[in-house]
Amino acid sequence: MNPQAIIDGLIAGSTIGLGAIGLTLTYSILRFANFTHGDFLAWGAYLTLTVAGVLGGLAAGLGAPVYPFSFGWGLPLAVLGGVALTVALTLGLDRILFRKLRARGADTIIIVMASFGASMALRSLLEFIFTAKPVYFTNALQIAKPLGLGMRATPDQLMVIGLTALMVLGLHLLVTHSATGRAMRAVSENPGLAGVYGVDVAKVVRVTWIIGAGMACIAGVMAGLLVQIRPYMGFDLLLPLFAAAILGGIGSIPGAMLGGLIIGLSEAFAVQIIGAEWRAAISFVILVIVLMLRPQGLFGRKEA
Amino acid sequence: MTALTLSDLQAGYDPDLPIVKGVSFTVSKGEAVCILGPNGAGKSTMIKAIAGLVPCFGGQVQLGETEVTGMPSHLLARNGVGFVPQTENIFTRLSIIENLQIAAQLLPKPERPRRIEAMLDMFPDLAARPRELAGALSGGQRQMLAAARALLTEPEVLMLDEPSAGLSPKLVGQVFETLRRISDTGVTLVLVEQNVRAALALTHRALVLVDGKLAHDGPTDVLHDGRFLGELFLGHRAAEAGR
Amino acid sequence: MELLAYAAFFLTIALTYAVICLGLNVQWGQTGLFNVGIAGFVGLGAYVSAALTTPDAAERIGGFDLHIALGWLAAMAAGAALALAVGLLTLRMRSDYLAITTFGIAVALQLVFQNTESLTGGAFGMAFIPRPFSGLQSEPFAFNVLNLALTALVVLVLYVLLEHLLRSPWGRALRAVREDEVAAQALGKNPVLLRIQAFALGGAIMALAGAVQAHFIGFIAPANYLPMMTFQVWAMLIVGGSGNNRGAILGAVLVWAIWALSGALISEIFPADQQARAASLQIVIIGVMLCAILLWRPQGILPEVRSVSRHLGHRNKDT
Ligand SMILES: Nc1ncnc2c1ncn2[C@@H]1O[C@H](COP(=O)(O)OP(=O)(O)O)[C@@H](O)[C@H]1O
Ligand SMILES: [Mg+2]
Repeated sequence: MNPQAIIDGLIAGSTIGLGAIGLTLTYSILRFANFTHGDFLAWGAYLTLTVAGVLGGLAAGLGAPVYPFSFGWGLPLAVLGGVALTVALTLGLDRILFRKLRARGADTIIIVMASFGASMALRSLLEFIFTAKPVYFTNALQIAKPLGLGMRATPDQLMVIGLTALMVLGLHLLVTHSATGRAMRAVSENPGLAGVYGVDVAKVVRVTWIIGAGMACIAGVMAGLLVQIRPYMGFDLLLPLFAAAILGGIGSIPGAMLGGLIIGLSEAFAVQIIGAEWRAAISFVILVIVLMLRPQGLFGRKEA
Repeated sequence: MTALTLSDLQAGYDPDLPIVKGVSFTVSKGEAVCILGPNGAGKSTMIKAIAGLVPCFGGQVQLGETEVTGMPSHLLARNGVGFVPQTENIFTRLSIIENLQIAAQLLPKPERPRRIEAMLDMFPDLAARPRELAGALSGGQRQMLAAARALLTEPEVLMLDEPSAGLSPKLVGQVFETLRRISDTGVTLVLVEQNVRAALALTHRALVLVDGKLAHDGPTDVLHDGRFLGELFLGHRAAEAGR
Repeated sequence: MELLAYAAFFLTIALTYAVICLGLNVQWGQTGLFNVGIAGFVGLGAYVSAALTTPDAAERIGGFDLHIALGWLAAMAAGAALALAVGLLTLRMRSDYLAITTFGIAVALQLVFQNTESLTGGAFGMAFIPRPFSGLQSEPFAFNVLNLALTALVVLVLYVLLEHLLRSPWGRALRAVREDEVAAQALGKNPVLLRIQAFALGGAIMALAGAVQAHFIGFIAPANYLPMMTFQVWAMLIVGGSGNNRGAILGAVLVWAIWALSGALISEIFPADQQARAASLQIVIIGVMLCAILLWRPQGILPEVRSVSRHLGHRNKDT
C-alpha cells in the first residue's frame, strides 16, 4: 500500500471534519439534520472566489502567489469576505425558512424536508449563476515536496492541515470554556430550560449558524484550493459530512473532526484498494456500521 | 404592592384546547402562596405559561405593574422571575458550577463570583464537588442545585413546581426548611405542591386549581380540614365522570 | 394526432410518478417516515426488472428474457427487501437518521448502477427492455394510449388497494402511531413493527414504479436516478397533499406538468448554448415551491381527510 494515502486522507479528512463540525453543531443545537450544510461549503467557495475576483480587480498585486503557497494575499482577505457572506446567507435562510418553521412548532422532520428543498434550490442556483464548469482559485502549479517515508505534500496541503488543527482547537476551547460555549451546550441539552436560566436561545442559535457557516466556508475554500470548485462539491460532501458527524457523536466537535479524519483516511485507502469509482460509497458503509454497532457515535451520549 | 397578577389567563398546547381556562389571582410582594390541585389539573401548565414556556391564548400576566404575557422566558428571568420546573430542571451534561455560572450571566460581572460563592455556602452538598457533572447528583441534590440556580440571581418572584416530588420525607423537610428561609428574606414565593401538609405549613394562602379553573383562593386554615379539600378534588372527579 | 400521442406519453410518465407518490404516501403521509432515497428504490426496481426481462446480452450477466409481469413482481420484492433492511437498521432511532441513511442508500445504489458494468451496463445503462404492446410500436398513437391505459390501471389498482388498506385496522394503527406513539403503544400497537411494514410496502411500490417506467421507456441509465428524482417526488406529494392518495396522484401530474412546461419555456427563452445552465432554474423553482408550501400550506392542495397531520405543526412542545 502506498503511504501517500495517509497524506491524501488527512487532507480530505480536514475538509470533511471542518464541514462536519458545523453540521454537528447545528444538529445538536437546532435539532435537525441540515441537508443544506453541504451547499454552504459550495456557496462559501464561490462567494470567496467572487470576493477574490473583486479584490483582484481592485489591486492586481493581491493575486500574485506568495512563496511557498500557490495563492496570494488576496485569498485570505477574500476568505474574510466569503465567510461574512456565507454567514449572511445562512442567517437569511434561517430567518425566511427554518425560524418560521420552528416558531410554528413544526416537527423536526418537516424542517429536515425544508432543508432538503432549500439545498436543491441553492445548489441549482449556483449552477445557474456560475455554470457547472469547474473553476479554480489559482492557476499556479505547485510541486509536492517529499516528507519522508514515501509521502509528499504541497505547501498548500500542509497549510490546510495546520489551519484545520488550529481552528478545531480554538473552537473546542470556545465551546468548553467560554460563556458562549456553555450557553450552547445548555441549549443543546434543553432549550426550554436554557431560557429559564436566562439564556437568549435565539442568540445562541445565531451564534451556532455563524460558527457553522464560517467553518463551512473555510472548508469549502480548502476543498476548492486543493481540488476544484464545482456547484456539486458540497452535495458530494454531504454524505461524508453526515457520516463524520454521526461517527463522532452528534454535538461533539472533537468527534466530528476525528470522524472526518477517519472517513478521509478510509476513502484514501479504499481508493487504493478497490478503486476511485467506489470512493463515495465509503461514507455510506461507515455510516451503516456506526448505526449498527454504536449509533451514539464515538463521543456521543446514549439515547441521543 | 402586587408582585404577580393573572387576569383571566388562558394557556395550553393547542389553541383549541386550552388547559388553563381563565385563571385570575394576585400575589403581593413577599407573600407565599401555594397552588394545589389534582393531577392533570393544569398546575404545571399554568406556572409554565407564567414563565414563558407555554403559549398564552388569552388574558394577562403582570409582573408588578408591567405586562409580561407571552414574554420569552429569558427576558422574564432578566426581569426577576425565577422558575424551577418540576422535572428536567438542571443541565445534567454540565457541571454543577457551570449550571450556576450560566445563571450568573444575568448578573453584572463583578457580582457573579460572590453570588456563586453564596449559593455554594448555602448548599454545602454542592460545594463538595463543584466540577462534577450535575447528572451525577442524587434526586435531592438536584433539587438543591435547581433551587440554588434560581436563587442565585435574587429573583423577586420565585416559582417552584413540586420541589418535593420524589424525595424522601427527610429531604422534603430540608427542602421546605430552605424555602422558609428564602421566604423570610422577602422573596415572593409561588409553590405548586402535591404534598399538601408540607405546603400548608409554609404558606398562608392556597389556590386550588381544578380542571384549569380556580376552585378556591383563600387562607390555608380551612384546608387543614381534609374533608374540604377532598370535596374540592372530588367535585372535579364527579364532573369528569359525568362527561 | 401527434399532439395526442404526446399527451398520452406525457400522462404515462406522470402516472409512473403518481405510483412513486403513492408509495411515498404510505411512508410519509400515513406513517411520517422521511425517505430521501426515493431515486434509489425506483432505480433498484427498474434495474431488477430490466435484468430479468431483457434478452440475453453478451456483455453482461442477466438477461433472462422473462415475462414483464415477473419483472414487476421481482422489482417489488427487491424494493420491499431493501426497505426492510433500512427499516430494521434505522427505525428504532431518531427520525432524521432514516433520512440520512436513505440518502446514503441512493448514493450507494447510484454507484452500483454506474460501476458494476457486468450487471447494469455501467454509465450507458441497459437497452432493449421489453415494452408492453411492443407489437404496436410502429403506430405511436395506439402504442402510447395502450401504455397509458396500462399505467392508469396500475395507478387505479394501487389506489383502491391502498384506500382499502388505510381504512383497515392496520391503517388505523399506522395513523395512531404517527399521531401519538405513546398512546398507540399503550393500546398494544408495536410502533417499530408497524413502521417497518409501512416502509417496506412503500419501498415495494416505488420499485414497481421504477419497473413500470423502465418498461415503458425501454431504456435505463444511472442518470435517470439522481437525487433530483427524489426531490421531484417529494415536491409532488407535498404539493398534492400528504396523507391523501388522490392528492398524491394529483400532485404527480401537476408538478410533472410544471416541470415539463418550465422546461419548454426555458428552451424558448434561452439560447441553445445557455440551456443546460438554465435548466437548473427549473430545480430552483421546484425547491422554492416545496419550501413555500411547507411554510404556508403544509397540508397541500388536497389535505388529508381525517385530520391534518399533527406533525405538520401547531404543536409547540419543546420550543
Ligand atoms: N407538552 C404537552 N403537550 C400537550 N399536552 C400536555 C403537555 N404537558 C401536559 N399536557 C396536558 O395538560 C394537562 C395538564 O397537565 P399539567 O399541567 O402537567 O397538570 P398538573 O401539573 O396539574 O398535574 C394534562 O391533561 C396533560 O396531558
Ligand atoms: Mg405538574
